[in-house]
Amino acid sequence: MTATAEAAPRRPRVTAAVGAIALNTFREAVRDRILYLLLAFALLMIVSSRVLSMLTVGDEGKIIKDLGLSSISIFGVLTSVFVGVSLVFKEIDKRTVYTLLANPVRRWQFVVGKFAGLALVLLMNVVLMSAALVALLLARGDTVLRLVPAIVLIYVELLLVTAFAFLFSSFANPILSAIGTVATYVVGHLSWSFELLKDRVPEGAPRVLCDVLHAALPNLDRLDVKARVVHDLAVPGPFLGWAALYGVSYALAVLVVACVVFERRDFN
Amino acid sequence: MPIEPPVVRLDGLVKTFRGHLGLGKHVAVDGLTLEVRRGEIFGLLGPNGAGKTTTLKTMMGLLRPDRGEVRLLGLSPTDPAARARVGFLPENPYFYDYLTGEEFLDFYGRLHGIPAAERRRRIAEILARVGLEGRSRGSLRKFSKGMVQRIGLAQALLHRPELVVLDEPMSGLDPIGRREVRDLILAQREAGRTVFFSSHILQDAEMLCDRVAILVRGRVRYEGTLDALGDRQPRWFEVAIVGPVPAEWSGEVCSSQGGQTLVRVPDVETLTRLLAATPAAGGQVVSVWPRRETLEDLFLRHVGAAAEGGA
Repeated sequence: MTATAEAAPRRPRVTAAVGAIALNTFREAVRDRILYLLLAFALLMIVSSRVLSMLTVGDEGKIIKDLGLSSISIFGVLTSVFVGVSLVFKEIDKRTVYTLLANPVRRWQFVVGKFAGLALVLLMNVVLMSAALVALLLARGDTVLRLVPAIVLIYVELLLVTAFAFLFSSFANPILSAIGTVATYVVGHLSWSFELLKDRVPEGAPRVLCDVLHAALPNLDRLDVKARVVHDLAVPGPFLGWAALYGVSYALAVLVVACVVFERRDFN
Repeated sequence: MPIEPPVVRLDGLVKTFRGHLGLGKHVAVDGLTLEVRRGEIFGLLGPNGAGKTTTLKTMMGLLRPDRGEVRLLGLSPTDPAARARVGFLPENPYFYDYLTGEEFLDFYGRLHGIPAAERRRRIAEILARVGLEGRSRGSLRKFSKGMVQRIGLAQALLHRPELVVLDEPMSGLDPIGRREVRDLILAQREAGRTVFFSSHILQDAEMLCDRVAILVRGRVRYEGTLDALGDRQPRWFEVAIVGPVPAEWSGEVCSSQGGQTLVRVPDVETLTRLLAATPAAGGQVVSVWPRRETLEDLFLRHVGAAAEGGA
């Protein structure tokens, strides 16, 4: 049978390529020892919070929750930054992107597939770390249901940080991308300072600039309800919903920009 | 009956690269125009740095041309519908080394939307074709260079493309590996596929290609069939003489060994005179070899001319 006589190639579904790339990215991450090292360290931190709580003055339950949630957040961010900035770069550096993009895959599908794969890895990490924290608290007879909003918003924050890691790595090397992502994370947690700064600068352009920066930069404090949860305060449903919507929408917008930048790249 | 568009059409392709920090400009491909028809094996030949890989990357949509146009099967390479009908193997490929051979091919099969059962069947078939049957469960990390090249060819052929684009497919392979890849390329033509490959190994091109283009410094210096090369008039003759060589040709002696002298003559008239003069000088002509231009001669002539011309 000749090539021309064979059936015309089927047009793969848009989601097929994204799904295949996401699955491959997930495989790559779970077969990488660095991920296990980070995860093991995070689990160790969560478990050791039990010991630390016994050595510290105060409510042991609160200390375990505080340390546990902080560990989930910090190790999640480390995974987002270091895995996120290397995923796209490695494909270009090792030239695997050549064969991948020579297939019927659009560039945005590549970026979205990679992002979805890492999002899956982060979900797995957050679930495992949360399970360790919950087990620790249940063993003490503490309630754990109020942790859920904090864990959900930590995950949303990780998606947002990952989107920035992808944006930077679509045009810069991993070191610059990591610096850019960490800087965005730090600024995102300090965005309230633009409000304070606004009152101290002259009227006119400087104040407008403060407003623009405050509105444009991600406000990661919106996604941080750890303090409320640690003090056993409820997080209202609408607040959780709006915060999650804010984070997910912001992450999607950043990812769209990353796709646009990647679309214009040449692969020398 | 509508005229079928060429499988590959490059029209006035220009690609330049900026130097470090955006300074300077290097023209990698300079007005390249080519057409490849269905069922051909086409070789893009040229020395290192001639612009072969840049041309192939531009053909696959990995680089955007500054000027000119690429059409694969009548479509732009940026259109996934075109790439669904093309298989590509880059130079010195590197693949996901955390995957096994089967997982690797399964991934590429998914990208083409091939259903699971069909994927399994095709993977088994293509692995047998490239000689990796029973060796594909190991991770790609443990594959030799030849095995990587073969699994790369397998991914390029898995979706049964109409056009196969290969960048230096024989590079770095041992003689057995080169022969296997050559046989695979020839099998593609048998299957009605078009093959476009780049190489600097002229022997392979000579064995495989219906047509070649010689690219030097981004420009096509020669384009034509290898048959035309074979049909050409002899460029010179080599005459083996036993005994004394006529004095007029003593300066044309190429070699002398075991009482036999090899004399080079440029044309038929000179040959006729030498054949008449040799018995008179006491020698005997034992053989005459007409020498036609080989691909290597042609290649060196065009590369040399470009170097002398400084273009």
